[in-house]
Amino acid sequence: MTQKKTVGMYESFVRSGQPTRATHYCAGCGHGIIHKLITEAMVELGLQDRTIIVNPIGCGVFGYYYCDCGNVGAAHGRAPAVGTAINRGRREAVVISYQGDGDLGAIGFNNTFQAASRGEHMAVFFVNNATYGMTGGQMAPTTLVGMKTTTSPFGRDPLTAGYPLHVCEVLNQLKAPVLIERVSVADTKRIMQARRAVRKALEIQRDGKGYAFVEFISPCPTNMGLDSIRAAIFCMEEMEREFPLGCMRDNSATAVPRAPVAPAPGVEAFFAQSERQHQAPVAEADEAFKEQRLKFTGFGGQGILSLGICVAEAARLEKRFTTWFPSYGPEQRGGSAACSVVVSGKPIGSPAVDRPDVLVCMNQPSYERFAPDVRPGGLVIVDASVPLTMPAPAGVRVVSMPAIDLSLRLGVPQAANTMMLAALAWLEVTGLRSEHLLAALDASFKKKPALVEKNRLLFSEATAWLERHVPAEVRG
Amino acid sequence: MTKFVKGNEAVVIGAMYAGCDVYFGYPITPASEIAHAAARWFPSVGREFLQAECETASINMVYGAAAAGRLALTATSGPGMSLMQEGLSYMAGADLPGVVVNIMRAGPGLGNVYPEQGDYNQAVKGGGHGNYRCVVLAPASVQEMCDLTMRAFELSFKYLTPAIVLADGLLGQMMETLALPEREMPKPDTTSWAVHGTPETRGNLVVSIRPTALEQEAHNVRLQAKYAAMQVEAQHETYLCDDAELVLVAYGISSRIARTAAEALREQGVKAGVFRPLSLSPFPAPALCRTIEGRRALVVELSSGQFHDDVLLQIAKAGARYQPVGLCNRMGGMVVTVDEVVAAAKRELAGGAPGEPSGRLS
Ligand SMILES: Cc1ncc(C[n+]2csc(CCOP(=O)(O)OP(=O)(O)O)c2C)c(N)n1
Repeated sequence: MTQKKTVGMYESFVRSGQPTRATHYCAGCGHGIIHKLITEAMVELGLQDRTIIVNPIGCGVFGYYYCDCGNVGAAHGRAPAVGTAINRGRREAVVISYQGDGDLGAIGFNNTFQAASRGEHMAVFFVNNATYGMTGGQMAPTTLVGMKTTTSPFGRDPLTAGYPLHVCEVLNQLKAPVLIERVSVADTKRIMQARRAVRKALEIQRDGKGYAFVEFISPCPTNMGLDSIRAAIFCMEEMEREFPLGCMRDNSATAVPRAPVAPAPGVEAFFAQSERQHQAPVAEADEAFKEQRLKFTGFGGQGILSLGICVAEAARLEKRFTTWFPSYGPEQRGGSAACSVVVSGKPIGSPAVDRPDVLVCMNQPSYERFAPDVRPGGLVIVDASVPLTMPAPAGVRVVSMPAIDLSLRLGVPQAANTMMLAALAWLEVTGLRSEHLLAALDASFKKKPALVEKNRLLFSEATAWLERHVPAEVRG
Repeated sequence: MTKFVKGNEAVVIGAMYAGCDVYFGYPITPASEIAHAAARWFPSVGREFLQAECETASINMVYGAAAAGRLALTATSGPGMSLMQEGLSYMAGADLPGVVVNIMRAGPGLGNVYPEQGDYNQAVKGGGHGNYRCVVLAPASVQEMCDLTMRAFELSFKYLTPAIVLADGLLGQMMETLALPEREMPKPDTTSWAVHGTPETRGNLVVSIRPTALEQEAHNVRLQAKYAAMQVEAQHETYLCDDAELVLVAYGISSRIARTAAEALREQGVKAGVFRPLSLSPFPAPALCRTIEGRRALVVELSSGQFHDDVLLQIAKAGARYQPVGLCNRMGGMVVTVDEVVAAAKRELAGGAPGEPSGRLS
């Protein structure tokens, strides 16, 4: 190693307890050299104040003892996720993810792969020493075939342990990375090339050009069971045969720096102008109002959920408290739809409607499933297509109405729910005024104004049908 | 200004008014609308949204963003929450703030997507490895999905510790009127501990490693002191408790059902009330003890008795007189009904001395 004073490193390593110039690395280990290459390039490029190194778990865990810049320690393998977030939160920061082969190639490989695939803005420095150094020389994904480790005591057998993982080659299948290069720190000539690669990776960060990946073949005399010189020779001969050095990709000349963030409105301004905003008055307490619990049921596509929302919106216009709760998940995909609506004169307890006052049924299965739960004195509005295969509970009124058929005949087959809304209004069972139900209906077509008039027409057709066919005593 | 929104959307609105800078998440029912809303709204106000590759990544991204002094949010449900325990432990160990929303579904395993409260112990007792616990807040309405998400950010940054908003599928999916917050919260100053990639934060270090036993013990002692200091933030609410002969104890969606049950019981001549913690960690133990003292109590929950166990433990630790407490619960995505609570309450009252167990429903 060069004897010139290294820049970008602390003068002495106090963070390890007693101040010292000695690192915690073993003699002949590549980690220390790689730290120096990184800090040197960081300082030379004027990036020291901007740099944040994400340290791994592995022998590099104490990188923060040495590197004089912002330092973060990540969970084992998660440095790419941590680094992703740092740069997304601080675009000006230069993010370095420093990782070993167990950390990067095994436990965190998907995090690495996905960060590379997204083209995150970070320089990844990957230390391939063919072993898990920190935990006692176990087999790594990069361990060579036949190589003895504490967990491959008879040598790595590809039949049971597979073959060495070529990380650069795998990443080279991805579109986003700007730089992918494998270098070595086993001798001076190689270190010079490694220095150039590190510099390039950091220049790419400085210029906001994207993802840069540099792999270092790095000696681990302790776990290779060799002295420093032999470990270096092992790297240059055995490891390079498996992991050939070279630059696989360098798009740094053509990569486009990312655009600066466009100015955006603040949160308050955003919501003030948001199109989804509803200017409904705040609910008011009204002890006299009898709480109504309604359930809407049928097939998906019949507008069941929006029918419920319409009633809830009408309740809001009338300063009532209201809740809406839909069926969701696989139940929905199975084709059935249901929602519960509560309208009240006081803050609502349970939003779940176990015992409805009013049940709207647009299909047979939901009639059979929910009609038995309707409260005595309650009402079931059922589409005329549903055969009343069983009687409603005692004291429960049933109104059958050809909502689907009427809407078909009026040329708007999706509007059966509007007919049901008219029935709720005419039957006076929501406790809400018709004008509010109509206003909520209008509002539900805010994005398709052409449908407002059409649905008002359907609403009055349905009302006319009810006048003709349903005795007035059923109301209320 | 009001909006009629889902609980899941209210979470995102709360986060935005809290000044949340970044959202990371992985889809899962019944929490996905949180990601949907964040994907729609965050970029509109110049904030980051990223769909992570998995929940381990999401939480480690929250860790990274927090390390950089940003306010970060993620949301998930049971299976994802289990994967996040690694990151939560590291955040607690590194004194990092950030908010995780758990829209609980039924478990264990894949279970189903329907509402449950079975992640109580995981959330309240630590969940990951080591001596830590998170701030855990339990909203019970769409309004609180917003407000308690804001409070989660506030407490998380005040105490530099991760916070969990513990809700469920019903609260996430239901719609109610939300009164939008008045104004955005001021940004916390993180310069003294976070790494911003700036000269003034260059010397800062964010790690959870404490290489010696002595250092680690000191750190753990400090964490416990922090959790003790957090106790003043405990919050609760009572409903109709002043003259109650029976107190229903419940959090989150169960407390809404308990509220309707208390009203139904009163209509039938039984003086019932509701005690509801808004914070599960810290737990409002003294207030609970005061409220149920000399009365019968019945826990209502959508889990196996995890909350019931904790209520008993909290009473014991507060040094109050031992008091048996009944349990009325359902699991698996079955939501306990008002009728079931009413029946259990009557059994509870009929059974001997105050608080004698009324038997489990399931
Ligand atoms: C989740 C988890 N599993 C296991 C470990 C234990 N562990 C610490 S370092 C390490 C392997 C490190 O090997 P590598 O990434 O190759 O780095 P090296 O030490 O060789 O530089 C392991 C398995 C851990 N810290 N966390």
